[in-house]
Amino acid sequence: MFPKDYYYSKDHEWIKIDGDIGTIGITDFAQNQLGDVVYVEMPDKGTQLEFHQSIGVIESVKAVSDVYSPVSGEVIEFNEKLNESPELINQKPHDEGWIIRIKIKDESDLQKLMSVDEYEKFLEGIEE
Amino acid sequence: MSYTSLSKKDLKDMMARIGVTSLEQLFKCIPDEIKCKKDLDIPPAKTEPELQRYFEKMSLRNTYSEYHSFLGAGAYSHYIPSVVDYLSSRGEFVSPYTPYQPEVSQGTLQVIFEFQTLICQLTGMDIANASLYDGASGVAEAVMMANRINRKNKALIAKTVHPEYRRVLRTYVKNLGIEVDEIGFAEDGRIDVDELEKKCDDKTTAVICQSPNFFGPVEDWRKISTIVHDRGAIMVAAVSEALSLGFLEPPGFLGADIVTGEGQSFGIPLSFGGPYLGFMACRKEFVRQFPGRIAGETTDIDGRRGFVLTLSTREQHIRRERATSNICTNQALCALRATIYLAALGREGLRELAGQNAYKARYARDKILQIPGVDLKFKGEFFNEFTIQLSGELKDITKKLTREKVIAGYELENEYPELKNCLLVCVTEMHSKEDIERLKDVLKSAVL
Amino acid sequence: MIREPLLFDISEKGKRGFRLPELDVPGDPSLLKGLPLRTEIEDFPQVSEVEVVRHFTRLSKTNYCVDEGLYPLGSCTMKYNPKINEVIASMKPISYIHPYAPEELSQGNLEILYVFERYLSEITGMDAASLQPSAGAQGELLGMMLIRACLEDHGDPRKTVLIPDSAHGTNPSSAHICGYGIKEIHSDGSGRIDIEDLKKNMTKEVAALMVTNPNTLGVFESDIKKITGIVHSNGGFVYMDGANMNALLGVCRPGDMDVDVLHLNLHKTFSTPHGGGGPGAGPVAVKSGLEPYLPLPVIKKDNGKIFCEYDRPKSVGKVRSFYGNFLVAVKALAYILSLGPKGLREVAEFAVLNSNYIRKSLDEHYHLQYETPSLHECVFSDKFQKELGVSNLDIAKRLIDYNVHPPTMSFPLIVHGALMIEPTETESKRDLDNFIQAMKEIAREAKENPTLLKEAPHQTYVRRLDETKAARNPVLKWEKKSDKNDRQT
Repeated sequence: MFPKDYYYSKDHEWIKIDGDIGTIGITDFAQNQLGDVVYVEMPDKGTQLEFHQSIGVIESVKAVSDVYSPVSGEVIEFNEKLNESPELINQKPHDEGWIIRIKIKDESDLQKLMSVDEYEKFLEGIEE
Repeated sequence: MSYTSLSKKDLKDMMARIGVTSLEQLFKCIPDEIKCKKDLDIPPAKTEPELQRYFEKMSLRNTYSEYHSFLGAGAYSHYIPSVVDYLSSRGEFVSPYTPYQPEVSQGTLQVIFEFQTLICQLTGMDIANASLYDGASGVAEAVMMANRINRKNKALIAKTVHPEYRRVLRTYVKNLGIEVDEIGFAEDGRIDVDELEKKCDDKTTAVICQSPNFFGPVEDWRKISTIVHDRGAIMVAAVSEALSLGFLEPPGFLGADIVTGEGQSFGIPLSFGGPYLGFMACRKEFVRQFPGRIAGETTDIDGRRGFVLTLSTREQHIRRERATSNICTNQALCALRATIYLAALGREGLRELAGQNAYKARYARDKILQIPGVDLKFKGEFFNEFTIQLSGELKDITKKLTREKVIAGYELENEYPELKNCLLVCVTEMHSKEDIERLKDVLKSAVL
Repeated sequence: MIREPLLFDISEKGKRGFRLPELDVPGDPSLLKGLPLRTEIEDFPQVSEVEVVRHFTRLSKTNYCVDEGLYPLGSCTMKYNPKINEVIASMKPISYIHPYAPEELSQGNLEILYVFERYLSEITGMDAASLQPSAGAQGELLGMMLIRACLEDHGDPRKTVLIPDSAHGTNPSSAHICGYGIKEIHSDGSGRIDIEDLKKNMTKEVAALMVTNPNTLGVFESDIKKITGIVHSNGGFVYMDGANMNALLGVCRPGDMDVDVLHLNLHKTFSTPHGGGGPGAGPVAVKSGLEPYLPLPVIKKDNGKIFCEYDRPKSVGKVRSFYGNFLVAVKALAYILSLGPKGLREVAEFAVLNSNYIRKSLDEHYHLQYETPSLHECVFSDKFQKELGVSNLDIAKRLIDYNVHPPTMSFPLIVHGALMIEPTETESKRDLDNFIQAMKEIAREAKENPTLLKEAPHQTYVRRLDETKAARNPVLKWEKKSDKNDRQT
């Protein structure tokens, strides 16, 4: 269910690496917890993000959830489709529902994240 | 009088089910050392007739209604059609809570939606909320909103904005690192545009101006908002006489980004200052930073139209300390009154009423200015209030007027020492031609 | 049931619901030269008086209200609103007075404010009160401002406010607007403030603790004196959220718990109607140390004459125009006078009795996360029903089919799937039994026919509404049909 080649954070963000560019979204588990997403608020292009810095919020009807940057770097793109169709986060959280792209500053941040196996184990721990 | 409904037998049965033998046992969790050892020191219970007599006696000490009053200054005496009191006293409107359960609150929700629409139509803005406390806190909320939008920290407010609104603004933003500076007024009683040009800069979050302003004159929104927007600041339009919105070009058409004000004129009695009706409207791109409750249209599972409170994630119960405002309880029943009032007056009635206010105020101005020793202080065009300056000592004149049971207006020198012997006179549809002529006669003999 | 259209949909050109007398002064348009007049507002309502009455009457019938029955919203204190209070507040010599009326012409109204402030001080055990705040949230904000002003006055502004995890969302929001950072304090296994956590966090940077007592579980903070002691010994203030004061009237007083400042909700404890969301009033009562900072004006009495004092250099300033929500204060004063000391105590006693009666009657059917004895409200959870796939939302919506208003849901946050029930003192045993019976039926239905609950309510004017749609594509005002079609495509 979770893509094999992504990295995962304890706050349920995923990041997919393509050279020095990372694409960031939230996991299927996270979208399930949040319920129907109605709005996504993200930083402007060019914003510099630290590791685990709050980068914006995702809103459902009755909840607001912070999204934290799984790596440090500079925001280069925001998924404009989410403005019109925030439900993409619910429907396709791991691909079309991506949130931002970031130019990674420090690749060593990735070592602080989990592999898919580790993340699945992490979720088992939560669900118990 | 007591408003409980349990019989002795009920008490016995209920205590038996709970497993206590006295009511006192229910409070075991409260330590004895802090329990009241004696009755509260307040008067013994009154029955309904006694209560009514008590308040009637109290009200005898209010002699205001014996006076012919030309007070306005942010609180206006207008006729209230009987349907307003009648409909707004219905228990179904008076006694529910905030409409958190939309399936059993459609009445309240649809009224809020209609109210929002009316406020948008009146102000010329895209969206409106369900109400705020009053015009004063509306100005404060608008500045905090502007600060969230552009992250700048200097608010400029015209000295011609209602003094209470300015004070409340200062109290609210004092602890938020937002600095407040004032802009004076020109000879015609309008905002000093040169001073605005000088003070408004790229650090300015918002400029707050009122029209008709506190002295009566109508401001030139287009000119002001052009300056404000040139410097990248947000134009906040304050309105204390909401009736003017039905008559004058609305701020939303002339460059305002946020319009806020006091809706008391729409069917709410003077009430010694409250409850009143704060309203707020803005451009739709600011919706995420908008304070207060908002009703929105949607459908139910059978596809029927219905209304809900929406965009709640802005609010305190969800976003907690990061909410756009801490407001929860607002002035819903006052918004209902305004909605009924505006429905009853309607498109033609509202305009006719506003026109009557403007004509009567002009008639009063022309009459009063015939008195030697009375001058029009500000020449700017006004709606239903204008400022006069008397040649004699205001305090002496007021004393004489009081003897004649007339209150000729609001004494501006209390808030504006530079406006010595100046009176703000308000005339509405409640004043007949005779009332106005009497004001002239009494004022004439008092000034002489 | 007639489906009532919007005002704008029933408008027809030329109709009006009110006529003005003829203008009795010259009305020549040239007199208005120089005024920037607007053209008529095209889509503004045009309806007859009869249509106005029918419209709002029909709409009113789709509302559930306290006059109709039990409204057990926890922490909202939805008690009966006595009708005499409304009559008094609409007496013209009281309600038709301009706020700038000279003091000597409005002595009666000023006396109402003066007397009422004294009674509130007595009821809360505090030294002074201000009736300025328009609602509980504004009272909270004012309370924080008073604390901040006092601390700054003593050269020790501080940075943080401690708030228990069971607090209302307004508490953090109000403290934030006062420029404070927030630190959450945990509750212990009994649902009370974890004293150790408080001790750990009560540093010299902490300006205040905001405590709700009884808290949102209906549980009294029995260690309140210890709590206030810890805060005071570190130079902080204790703010009490008085939203739940209904449980304590005449039984104990915040002042005697060493609370420094609290707000009251007149629209909760003191019976003034909620009006579908307001107006309320949130007076603040303080100990003498905070009195110099009270907002303007302060009502004083000298030689039998009441007057407003404005010359108070330490005051935080004005938080509200004029005298606050005056007519709400009038109703609340009438309420206090009609009950007297014995009646007020009975309010607390019966409120607590009614709540405990419900709690005891339902504790086999619904899960109680906290076994701690509670006062005026009790908090169940949907834990038993969750196993059957039924949530607190489903239970709440099904209650509507039984003609009862649902309790507060999903709050406090420390109880997952919460159903927070506050019956208040005014309810009869018959109405309480009906509610209990309905809740038991629903617990049975959850086992036998959960779909019935998931699709509830069944008989209402509208059924479950699509809140996601409302938030994703906000439609916040009526627009003419053609515009609407444009927008929707």
